[in-house]
Amino acid sequence: MFGLNKKDTSLFFLVLLLVVFAPFLLNPFPEGSELAQFNAGYPDLMQRFLIFGIFAIGFNILFGLTGYLSFGHAAFLGVGSYAGVWMMKLLTMNVIPAIFMSVVFAGLFSLLVGYISLRRSGIYFSILTLAFAQMSFSLAYSVLTPITNGETGLQLALDDPRILGVSSENGAIPPANFFGIPMRESFEMSAGGWLFTFNAGYYLCAVFMMIAFYIAVRIFRSPFGMMLRAVKSNQQRMNFTGLNSRPYTLAAFVISGMYAGLAGGLMVAMDPLAGAERMQWTASGEVVLMTILGGAGTLIGPVLGAGFIKYCENIFSKINDNILYGWFSGLPEGVADFLVFVIHPFIGKGWHLTLGIMFMLIVIFLPGGIMEGVERIGRLFKRKSSSDKNSSARASAAPAE
Amino acid sequence: MDAILLQILNGLDKGSAYALIALGLTLIFGTLGVVNFAHGALFMIGAFCAVTLSRLLSLSFVTIDETQKDFLGNPLKVETPYVEAWFGPQTGSAIIDWAVPLAILFSIPIMALVGLFMERGLIKYFYKRPHADQILVTFGLAIVLQEIIKYFFGANPIPTPAPDVFSGSLDFGALVGMDPNVIIYPYWRIVYFLFAAAIVGAVFAFLRFTTFGMVVRAGMADRQTVGLLGINIDKRFTVMFALAAVVAGLAGVMYAPINSPNYHMGMDFLVLSFVVVVVGGMGSLPGAVLAGFVLGILESFASMAQVVALLPGINQIIIYLVAIVILLTRPRGLMGRKGVMES
Repeated sequence: MFGLNKKDTSLFFLVLLLVVFAPFLLNPFPEGSELAQFNAGYPDLMQRFLIFGIFAIGFNILFGLTGYLSFGHAAFLGVGSYAGVWMMKLLTMNVIPAIFMSVVFAGLFSLLVGYISLRRSGIYFSILTLAFAQMSFSLAYSVLTPITNGETGLQLALDDPRILGVSSENGAIPPANFFGIPMRESFEMSAGGWLFTFNAGYYLCAVFMMIAFYIAVRIFRSPFGMMLRAVKSNQQRMNFTGLNSRPYTLAAFVISGMYAGLAGGLMVAMDPLAGAERMQWTASGEVVLMTILGGAGTLIGPVLGAGFIKYCENIFSKINDNILYGWFSGLPEGVADFLVFVIHPFIGKGWHLTLGIMFMLIVIFLPGGIMEGVERIGRLFKRKSSSDKNSSARASAAPAE
Repeated sequence: MDAILLQILNGLDKGSAYALIALGLTLIFGTLGVVNFAHGALFMIGAFCAVTLSRLLSLSFVTIDETQKDFLGNPLKVETPYVEAWFGPQTGSAIIDWAVPLAILFSIPIMALVGLFMERGLIKYFYKRPHADQILVTFGLAIVLQEIIKYFFGANPIPTPAPDVFSGSLDFGALVGMDPNVIIYPYWRIVYFLFAAAIVGAVFAFLRFTTFGMVVRAGMADRQTVGLLGINIDKRFTVMFALAAVVAGLAGVMYAPINSPNYHMGMDFLVLSFVVVVVGGMGSLPGAVLAGFVLGILESFASMAQVVALLPGINQIIIYLVAIVILLTRPRGLMGRKGVMES
């Protein structure tokens, strides 16, 4: 269906179902229970899942397919955010022009950066992209202050023109909306002890994410995607056959830049402000982590990686010593003290330590990320069941002798 | 004239730090072929060696002095550092004052051990993996080291003063016959520059004039042949990794008085040092040192008021701009060796 083969169609529908029913799935624990803090079903976090999912899908089109490791993708996300906020300042609070212009501007910027950076490959490419991103970060902080508003970040104001909409509504900035539906509007449904929130912004992100995912699947299965994989496996040989691979890599770079711009635009649509710190190289590093953690080069891996990191970030930084003592209340006091002492550096503000360790372990033992892990476990079960069959066959053969 | 001289001098100390870190980076790259994103973290650990030693030295015990009273009339509590009690007040306070230079001795074994553990425990397994994997795992390691330091020392910068002797400034202009008070240069920065020059000289001499260094250079040129001659080149490269860690650590120790150490100083320097290595040429030691100083001085020129007025923001991006131009016009960098990172 839609030009996808059977396996991809079922994957697409699986993702669609997961995304549509996420408000249920991510809220497995009833409100007010001890475990309610593990719920992720509130709009802010769910939006972040999808937005970073889009970012990682885009990054994966470049890194997963061509093997070019860019350390500057956050710059495109930042450019997209700034473009989005400016559209909201100048045109209207409708999010569609903002998102559209975010994608366009990020695409143009990535065309420029990609055109120059792709002249080199390997680590030189990484450093070129890093240099460009750091340059845009520094400029956004200093010289471009009239456009970016420097350290404070770009925000909406009451006296913005907004020529297609209204500058202010009842003395307040009008909310970001999609043809009249405010992004912040949520529909809450309580069933039993559970409270499910269906947020307009989340479902807008979901639509964009499904479109982005669909395009990614098509790229992965297209001759173009095949060409990109060929670049990864042996670019030299491709050049020897007389094929110029640069237009292909440049196209992949621009596409992934536009994905980053889309993510930036959606971020602005959910929360209309943009700051330079979104462009810092640690932010670029984060999307690399997400992609690797989930599994570079796989379709669904980056989305899982993005969700996993954002979820852990949220949960780990929320846990504190008191909650830990609550968990270990059944244990003798000395043991509980010891456990809390051991776990303390890894939670709360120490979340980055956990992230770093997790990331190292993944790179060392599971270079294919979560997806490789799943595959390995799957293979383990398959082998077991097939060996079971063999042994049972042997067992049944034995008495016959 | 005086302005130009001033900018050159100003560029020297930052340039020295770049040069030392880049030297270690390119040493690791030239020998082991590993792209070490955790090198900035080694620089940071060095700086925190200085912090630790100055804290250790000022550990004190409390005595109650009955002869003196505080403003409430209670006997005054006097804190005496152990060092002062052991060596007498004069020598003791001098030792505390000289904590940062003493930290050089303290940090060498620590950094060598850290380097050895890193190489044997982690990097060793990544020789055969793609460069992307090496970048990623050392990036993860850098995050971990940084967070460990943050856990123990907190997130705020920790001021670590230089010895009192060096706290003043040198009136450099008066020295070369210009008007006094035109070119003023802190003594510690001169010390830092001389120290960096000494370290660079020592590393070069070590590689040039010792048998060990000769074998290492041969290994950098053709690892396989050296291995075939029956020399255990891996062991020597491990020592070189430790040496690179020590160089980065020493750069950090001596940098502590210039900029109060904080947990992310390594990352800040790392990105720039990578640019320096690329500009100098991957795997070229003289290139790294040259590019370090050149970029340091260029950066300080770009932050002159006249230049900033002409091209706003240039001081923030000059290094990256130079790197981009160099990479596009001379892909091997200023003094890059043939055949390094070209596959």
